[in-house]
Amino acid sequence: MSGLEQVAAAPSANGTGPPARPADREVVLEMSHLSVDYGLGPTALHAVVDANLTLHKGEVLGLAGESGSGKSTLVYGATRLLREPGVVAGGEVLLASRSGAAGARMDLLKASERQLRAIRWSDISIVLQSALNALNPVVPIGKEFDDILRAHSRLSRKERRAKAEKLLSMVGIPPARLGDHPHELSGGQRQRVMIALALALEPQVVIMDEPTTALDVVTQREILEELVGLRDELGFALLFITHDLSLLIELADEIAVMYAGRIVERAPAAALYRAPRHPYTLGLLHSFPPLHGEVGPMTGIPGSPPDLAAVPSGCAFHPRCPYALERCARQVPLLGELEGSGREVACFLHGGELSVPVELAVS
Amino acid sequence: MTTLLRRLGVYLLTAWVAITVNFLLPRLMPGNPVEILIGKIQGRVTPQIVHAFERQFGVGLHQSLWSQYVHYWSQLFHLNLGFSISLSAPVSSVLKQSVPWTVGLIGVSTVVSFILGTIIGTYLGWRRGTVFDAVLPVATFLQAVPYFFFGTVLLLVFASHLRWFPELGAYSQSLNPGWHWSFVASVLRYGQLPAITVVISSIAGWIMGMRNMMVTTVGEDFVLMAVAKGLPKRKVIAYAARNAVLPSISNFSLAMGLLVSGALLVELVFNYPGVGDLLLTAVQNEDYPLLQGIFLVITFTVLSANLLADLAYLALDPRIRRQA
Repeated sequence: MSGLEQVAAAPSANGTGPPARPADREVVLEMSHLSVDYGLGPTALHAVVDANLTLHKGEVLGLAGESGSGKSTLVYGATRLLREPGVVAGGEVLLASRSGAAGARMDLLKASERQLRAIRWSDISIVLQSALNALNPVVPIGKEFDDILRAHSRLSRKERRAKAEKLLSMVGIPPARLGDHPHELSGGQRQRVMIALALALEPQVVIMDEPTTALDVVTQREILEELVGLRDELGFALLFITHDLSLLIELADEIAVMYAGRIVERAPAAALYRAPRHPYTLGLLHSFPPLHGEVGPMTGIPGSPPDLAAVPSGCAFHPRCPYALERCARQVPLLGELEGSGREVACFLHGGELSVPVELAVS
Repeated sequence: MTTLLRRLGVYLLTAWVAITVNFLLPRLMPGNPVEILIGKIQGRVTPQIVHAFERQFGVGLHQSLWSQYVHYWSQLFHLNLGFSISLSAPVSSVLKQSVPWTVGLIGVSTVVSFILGTIIGTYLGWRRGTVFDAVLPVATFLQAVPYFFFGTVLLLVFASHLRWFPELGAYSQSLNPGWHWSFVASVLRYGQLPAITVVISSIAGWIMGMRNMMVTTVGEDFVLMAVAKGLPKRKVIAYAARNAVLPSISNFSLAMGLLVSGALLVELVFNYPGVGDLLLTAVQNEDYPLLQGIFLVITFTVLSANLLADLAYLALDPRIRRQA
């Protein structure tokens, strides 16, 4: 509970302090200029365009956006788990290697199948939205733990069993349930099992793709609290994908917002909540009730997210943007750092030539 | 456990229905064919056999249907299935001679076909969209060709023409049947072509069923997770195959009856001394006791194969253990 409260309290407490991004923090995963297409040739859909993301040790990075904004495609592309017709069109995904020399980094996009297999789960693990579909329905859950530990460690049968029991109790499920099949567990238990599985090899990076979306809010909260506790204990970096920006503001250290395949804003969670810089982020924040204080009128974002087959020219958001300029329809704004703020935004309003609308200039 | 008992109960009930229908059929046939037959055989066989025949079919004895039924069951328990007119021998001993041939040939080749087809289907499903998909139209073609036609073609080409295989029968006539090597070798050699016929004509269904299920299953999240876990490829395929094989197993029970009837025709083509051959003799000679015996054997074989497939399904899918 305490972990979440701390994060939740941060937006008001942090004031206007300097960006909380010390440069000396260890980078575990860095994606640069990552582009992912669906299909090949001129008809390919550009699901992710030129994305840059950096994940530091022990950090919770939230990736937010509407359905179809490319957030899941981004991580599946980066981890080489993309299914056909998805193809990584370019970029680099560097993972800090734990096995190699210090400071050595491995490009996941260039890695061989064998190299990939070695880092999968031991360095990067994944939790999917539906735990019922993610667990093999015909084997007991103990077998899933066993398979992982057998593929990545030299533990004996007994040691593997002991480890599985320990992992399961870590997420609050009695070890006796290792013999149960997925259909014998509740939705929340299944997701807990998934989390325990994801942490089995103490990876550096855990990716969670909408892990709590299928659960009710009470279970969702319990699981998130546990997750924060486990993060503090084990120190893994968490890449958390969700469409629920309000949840990220509580949970994440850093938030990246995606729109139509591009990252449009990246900022520390507190700063993003208090002072959004991109009109889309502002719209998203106005779409749900504030966490603290008075509930003001909520407004949605007019229009609907673009079809990837017909992304508007220039800034993809301009047809829905109340502040759109004439050049927004012609030119694509690139993600650039706002001077001295430690945050990035892709919007011409912050180009310095014009006065920034007051809603996007809160300090 | 209760599920298991319930399944067994269903099978026992089915067996009871089959046996009862077998009992009733000759008694309900219009025109009293049994009586006519008795008239025909009188004088050609001993009076005891005629009497046994009358007892078996309840003709001219003025017994109640119920006491006939009780008698029928007691005969069945003593494995007394009557006397075959055309072969002049007890039905049970006739069956004892031919059933092993059929079970050996059809049983083995059906199981081989299922296993082989499932393995090929698994591989094709895993490598979907590659050149291996070219197997599919060929498989569809083979699926469409009837067993006996395919058997005839193979017989003509590979036995009569090329002389790669012996032509007819189950073993070389110059040998004495028995458990010695030369006889076993001869049986294996004579069995090849009919077995190949059964395997090739039935394998396509297993290949396509398994391949299509694999394609669907490979798209499931748990297979993606298996990849994400960094499991060896063979393990990932096993994850998918373990789930994809389930419909094939329930199809196995469904296809059993069809398989048996198709395979019996193969025996005729190859003049194999199994139940198929016996069935033809029985039909041609209006040999009712023999016919009934064969029906019972086929019913029980199909039921036991079904039961085995059911048990396999139960063992492989934990989800149905608690339901039903």
